[in-house]
Amino acid sequence: MLEILEYDFIQNALLAGVLISIAAGIIGSLVVVNKITFLTGGIAHSSYGGIGIAIYLGLPVLFGATVFAIITAVIIAILTLNNRTRVDAIIGMMWAFGMAIGIVFVDLTPGYNVDLMSYLFGSIIAVSSEDIMYMTFLDIFIISIVVYFYKEILTVSYDSQFARLRGINVKFFYTLILILSALCVVAAIKAVGLILVIALLTIPTYLAETFANKLSSMMILSSLLATIFTILGLVISYTYDISSGASIIIVAVVILTLIKLVKRK
Amino acid sequence: MEILNIKELSYSYQENFKVLENINLNIQDNDFLAIIGPNGGGKSTLLKLILGLLKPQNGVISKNIKNELIGYVPQNTNLNLDFPITALEVVLMGHIGGAKKLFGYSKEDTTCAMQSLQKVGMQDFANRKIGDLSGGQRQRVFIARALCSNPKAMLLDEPTASIDVKGQKEVYELLKELNKSICIVVVSHDISVLLNYANNVAHVNKNLVYHNLESIQKDIHTVDDHLCEVELLKALGKTQVCCDHKH
Repeated sequence: MLEILEYDFIQNALLAGVLISIAAGIIGSLVVVNKITFLTGGIAHSSYGGIGIAIYLGLPVLFGATVFAIITAVIIAILTLNNRTRVDAIIGMMWAFGMAIGIVFVDLTPGYNVDLMSYLFGSIIAVSSEDIMYMTFLDIFIISIVVYFYKEILTVSYDSQFARLRGINVKFFYTLILILSALCVVAAIKAVGLILVIALLTIPTYLAETFANKLSSMMILSSLLATIFTILGLVISYTYDISSGASIIIVAVVILTLIKLVKRK
Repeated sequence: MEILNIKELSYSYQENFKVLENINLNIQDNDFLAIIGPNGGGKSTLLKLILGLLKPQNGVISKNIKNELIGYVPQNTNLNLDFPITALEVVLMGHIGGAKKLFGYSKEDTTCAMQSLQKVGMQDFANRKIGDLSGGQRQRVFIARALCSNPKAMLLDEPTASIDVKGQKEVYELLKELNKSICIVVVSHDISVLLNYANNVAHVNKNLVYHNLESIQKDIHTVDDHLCEVELLKALGKTQVCCDHKH
């Protein structure tokens, strides 16, 4: 078994898996406690528009997806902060519209062909060194922001009215949380694909919640659990030659179900 | 000392539909004021105006104390029960906005938060998850959070909604104790319990009617700390009671 570690692409995949898991654990905790899973799903799917445009213009895909996801995050932040009715319908629309744009631009690209499936379901085996660089930078960025603004983020997430009374810029921090989610989602697309991103953000968090009584410990525990799921999933995916994204998620759900069943007794 | 003075205040969310009209209110630093009134009568709007969450459209609210010295305990502390946060962390939120530390909480903040928890008798629950506490315990934690900034006045919105009778009594006893040093303003439905503790009452239903309770309380007898609401209404001036009433 251990001989597989000698391959460069396996090392890269494992490293990417760990880096993504750290980001997913921290951001996933924020997404779950703020109850913005649907919003994050919208950002994840509409970022496919950015991927399509980047392919069409010949730009780096990660860059296209990042810019597009941040723009979507800001639009969603503005919509939800102004308490518009039917925000969920608008997000559902953006969700589909982003994907439609992506498909149209990929269609328009002459001589194509990028593997669409790898963006939808992930191809962690194919991560490049640039992807690893991006993920490392993202982890450092997310950890610095969350550590420095921990109290503010905690207060805004738990009791936004109180935060407002205390002069905290609630809108700024809410938008910041959405932008961080957008960045995390884009990075996670490589590993598990945009369809499965939400699962990686929510399953470890949901499980961690049963054991953690602090947001900080929830983040750490979620990151650890996500790492375990990702590595186990990768090993299974390599052993049985199946898609990495799908096997990561299946491992996560099976472990979650087992632990929840044991905990109930 | 007068800490708050409201003059001819009006407020409407929609045009031509005033929620509050011509409100005049004076709050002293040793007051225990109860704000009562029907649903939709404008109680919460008045509280939000006092806190500065809403801006008055007509009239003036003049405060003799800084906004930071007004502690606030929100209406629904039963929200977000799954949130992974300890009682101590909730209280620590009261320090937010002060000097910033790069990582974690400062020692002074933690010590002060523990003292606040002690004042409300919740020090043994500091590291318990907030959702695992009972309604009354949770309410006391939120009072501790408001105490953190050493307030001169504390505003509570329906502090005993969804708490059992024993819990309610504990909360009001605590408020009575705090009232020895600070001003307490409570918005509430449970008139009967509240009026054993408050010394003034403001009835808000678009307009505001102010009563001094000390004179009224003498005329009403209480059974098991329960004030009869019918007699109370009588005492407050509504002499016409529609049904026969015996104890």
